[in-house]
Amino acid sequence: MHVVEAEIREPLILGEKSYNDITEDVCAPIEGKANSLWYFVFGLAGLLALWGIGNILYTIGVGIGVWGLNKTVGWAWDITNFVWWVGIGHAGTLISAVLLLFRQRWRMAINRSAEAMTIFAVMMAALFPGIHMGRIWQAYWVLPLPNQFGSLWPNFNSPLLWDVFAISTYFSVSLVFWYIGLVPDFATVRDRMIKPLPKKIYSILAFGWSGNAKHWNRFEEVSLVLAGLATPLVFSVHSIVSMDFATSVIPGWHTTIFPPYFVAGAVFSGFAMVLTLMLIMRKVLKLEDYITLKHIEYMNIIIMLTGSMVGVAYLTELFVAWYSGVEYEGYAFMNRATGPYWWAYAAMMTCNVISPQLMWFKKVRRNLVITFILSIIVNIGMWFERFVIIVTSLHRDYITSSWTQFHPTYVDMGVFLGTIGLFFVLFLLYSRVFPVLALNEVKTILRATGEFGVKKAKSTEFSLTDGFSSPVVEDSPATDDSSEDNSDDNGGETNKEQE
Amino acid sequence: MSNKIYAMYDDDATLLHGAEKLVEKGVRIKDVFSPFPIHGIDPVIGIRKTRLAVCAFIYGLSGMILALAGMYYFMIQDWPMNIGGKPNYSFYQNIPAFIPITFEITVLCTAHGMAITYFLRNKTLPGIAAKNPDPRTTDDKFVMEIETADAGMDEASLIEALKSTGAIEINKA
Repeated sequence: MHVVEAEIREPLILGEKSYNDITEDVCAPIEGKANSLWYFVFGLAGLLALWGIGNILYTIGVGIGVWGLNKTVGWAWDITNFVWWVGIGHAGTLISAVLLLFRQRWRMAINRSAEAMTIFAVMMAALFPGIHMGRIWQAYWVLPLPNQFGSLWPNFNSPLLWDVFAISTYFSVSLVFWYIGLVPDFATVRDRMIKPLPKKIYSILAFGWSGNAKHWNRFEEVSLVLAGLATPLVFSVHSIVSMDFATSVIPGWHTTIFPPYFVAGAVFSGFAMVLTLMLIMRKVLKLEDYITLKHIEYMNIIIMLTGSMVGVAYLTELFVAWYSGVEYEGYAFMNRATGPYWWAYAAMMTCNVISPQLMWFKKVRRNLVITFILSIIVNIGMWFERFVIIVTSLHRDYITSSWTQFHPTYVDMGVFLGTIGLFFVLFLLYSRVFPVLALNEVKTILRATGEFGVKKAKSTEFSLTDGFSSPVVEDSPATDDSSEDNSDDNGGETNKEQE
Repeated sequence: MSNKIYAMYDDDATLLHGAEKLVEKGVRIKDVFSPFPIHGIDPVIGIRKTRLAVCAFIYGLSGMILALAGMYYFMIQDWPMNIGGKPNYSFYQNIPAFIPITFEITVLCTAHGMAITYFLRNKTLPGIAAKNPDPRTTDDKFVMEIETADAGMDEASLIEALKSTGAIEINKA
């Protein structure tokens, strides 16, 4: 029943693993103790998070006047950070949904953590419009609730409201998709736990999952349908985010190229963040056999592809600004490249267009140090991209007397750094208590793409017991068919698709 | 009185072939517990295709109708507003602006409706006790559950038949 991968393909699971080895390797961090490095990083991230929370509370208490916004630049770091985090939050569901539909087996080693990252990133993103409202306690006004103003409804023609629905749908659907995949793995952890309290907690989290045939039958159907739903959802979310800009009549924003350009950029930055986290995680949690060089190479290829798409979009924008003959549009782009924010534009171009081109070289794609540095550079570049789009388009208003510069205050910076801290706090906690690999999925590809196929379980000795304790039949002969089984498992049947 | 026999295998392919052989002999396999889906087991032990996808479609359709009806009421019927001169008197002319939210609500209702149905039909909810006969079935072992009354043969010959299919352990409960 298993398709054996052609020999030309590199194995996706290294080392001679058995099913049990996979369980052991993934459960080790949950059952073991964290090392001092983990506590150090967690403490650092926690301090950043606390600083950020303090700044957020200060903003809410005093008002957004404490940010560097002025009457010309009314959107700056807050929306930059929002779009940046939403973009990062695109990789997880792309990996688990789009790559599932394309039957990409390499997704299985990274989808769990990528989705966790997605969920945490979207949480960070949702924070920014929330606090930008100023009066966050009236955030429920975005919902169409009957009210005392004669039932005045929110404006359903506005992309800002589309965004509310897009982000909240994306967040909750990603969460559900993630949790449905987690339930069988929580059951694995539950069945291994010995201490009563953790066992109780994991029992609740596992929802009483038994793993019988009907459960798995439904599980596969739900995974497939949710993947089919999540695929257009991923593309819709950043398209709608881009419409926040594209539907307004600001030179530099009012372009039809924005939806595909934003989606490509989101996948680009999302994969970069996945790489940043995975490169650390595979080392710290000793998962090098599952998240292999091949996985990293695949992700680097996606970064190269989406980076090139982003590059084409930049050049198209420049060309159209000139070719359209609209002087406002032409000025906006000239000003981006040569105006007071030229350094942000240069950073964006270097990080997003030039640096991913290094990935054409196989040596670079498979080099962990270069990959790690590039993954961070890409995310710096993507932050600057949003900054360039937002601030440089706004800071030159139509009336020359309104021209300004944007200067971030320490609160702007504090809130941004705080969300990075909070993101890492959540991810570090996740990496200690959740099965970081989709156990049930990785086990299904072990036979087909494991390095040596499955290592046969050593215990082929036959035993017969009553009620799991006393043997019913005393003489329990070793089965004579173990050799038969071997030949069956390793080669034989190649006619049915495994997934 | 009917006893249950649990035959444990250490490999999904062995279990699948074993199940095929047993079913040929007329044994009714009540259930199979495994750490991951065993592909091809469903028709062998008589599990029909789930209808969850049909439910999902119905939830999606309801979501779409809900979203369109809601926006028609809010924006056209109850309180039309002139926003940038966009059409506020005609649902038909205003519909392009309603498509993003219609799509999102459709997905929202489909995904959540399906997830809730899935958990209810599986009887998997917080606080429910697991029914897998052995904790190893969520790790690396595969267990077949057979009721001796359904086996169509006496217990001893059933155990013999199970042994011949490569079971590594047989338990009674």
